[in-house]
Amino acid sequence: MDFNATLIGEMIAFAILIWFCVQFIWPHLTKAIEERQVKIAEGLSAAERAHAELKDADAKVADEIRKARQQASEIIDKAQQQANGILDKARADAIVEINRLKAVAQDDIAAMAQQAREQLRERVGALAVQGASKIVQREVDASTHKALLDQLAAEV
Amino acid sequence: MASEPGGLTEYIQHHLTHLAPQVGKGGFWAVHLNLDSITVSLALGILFCVWFWSQARKATSGVPSKGQAFVEIVLEFVDGQVKDVFHGDRSFLGPLALTVFVWVFLMNAMDLLPVDLLPWITEKFGIGHFRAVPTADINMTFAMSVTVFLLIIVYSFKAKGFSGYMHELFTAPFGNHPALWIFNFLLNIVELVSKPVSLAMRLFGNMYAGELVFMLIAGLFSAGAGVAGWALYGAGIIGYTLWGIFHILIISIQAFIFMVLTIVYISMAQDHH
Repeated sequence: MDFNATLIGEMIAFAILIWFCVQFIWPHLTKAIEERQVKIAEGLSAAERAHAELKDADAKVADEIRKARQQASEIIDKAQQQANGILDKARADAIVEINRLKAVAQDDIAAMAQQAREQLRERVGALAVQGASKIVQREVDASTHKALLDQLAAEV
Repeated sequence: MASEPGGLTEYIQHHLTHLAPQVGKGGFWAVHLNLDSITVSLALGILFCVWFWSQARKATSGVPSKGQAFVEIVLEFVDGQVKDVFHGDRSFLGPLALTVFVWVFLMNAMDLLPVDLLPWITEKFGIGHFRAVPTADINMTFAMSVTVFLLIIVYSFKAKGFSGYMHELFTAPFGNHPALWIFNFLLNIVELVSKPVSLAMRLFGNMYAGELVFMLIAGLFSAGAGVAGWALYGAGIIGYTLWGIFHILIISIQAFIFMVLTIVYISMAQDHH
């Protein structure tokens, strides 16, 4: 073993290297690493939070959709009911109108039949008078026999 | 092939000689410096500093660049090792472990350069001896382990105070009895001194032996002539490759062991018996 002054020189060099590393290398690198660790931890927790929020939002959306669907079916039901009501009312109105019109028509028919009967009676009376005058060969004074004629006409 | 000129022995001896000029005058102040170890280790130390510092300077807590990510992986690996062993403020022990790990790894990695490359280059500049692996220099490994040893002492005093540490040195592990003080103290000294010695010798031994094996294999390249020579040449290539691949494991493990033991020793210094 041949020790010489190299030993002392290398010890000094080693000390300087350690000092340099303590002063200029280690702190910067560990600081960067620790900051990054914090960042990564924050990022992970943020992602977890976002995940939970997304779950919440999904549940909320599903709930909203369910509600909307329910509301829509309610509206459809109501509309159908309304339509049925309108239809029923229209039908009832139509029946009333039909009945009214039918009554009016029946009245008209009755009146016309009455009128026709009157006319027929008069004509029959007249014909009867004519026939009778022909039979008796003389003028039947309408005015003297008016009462008789009217009675006849009423009997027809 | 004892030591005929140009033989394997001379080749290896040449490679195992440091570039160690004498500094200062002769006599008591005759000081030798292994300039090869110092040059390579300083270059690698500066490489480590510049590399990691350039990444640390523009380090962002956002998306890191690939360079930053790599540096961070190394740092977190080291920090994890420190965290496992040492419970306390890591603002000094962490960088210490990082420096030890990366620096020792880089110096060990010089072993993977072709064993003749750096000496061949320096020879062009008239420098005859140049050993490329600083951790195969006992001065280098002991420089680090003695520094760690000093840190162990400093940490012991800091954690236990002067009287506390002295109390521990004289009363542990056998017990507080005046007749046992001397044995306790001797045992503690042995334990204390064995730490830097084992730390330095382990790394030095591994790297030195690794370098030596590379040299022996490199010796195969010029070991024979004719067909046998070519066969040995091929064996040399295969051997060199295999040993190189295996050596990647060794240099990593040795750097790792040096780092972990540094942490363990220093955290032990803080523990109370």
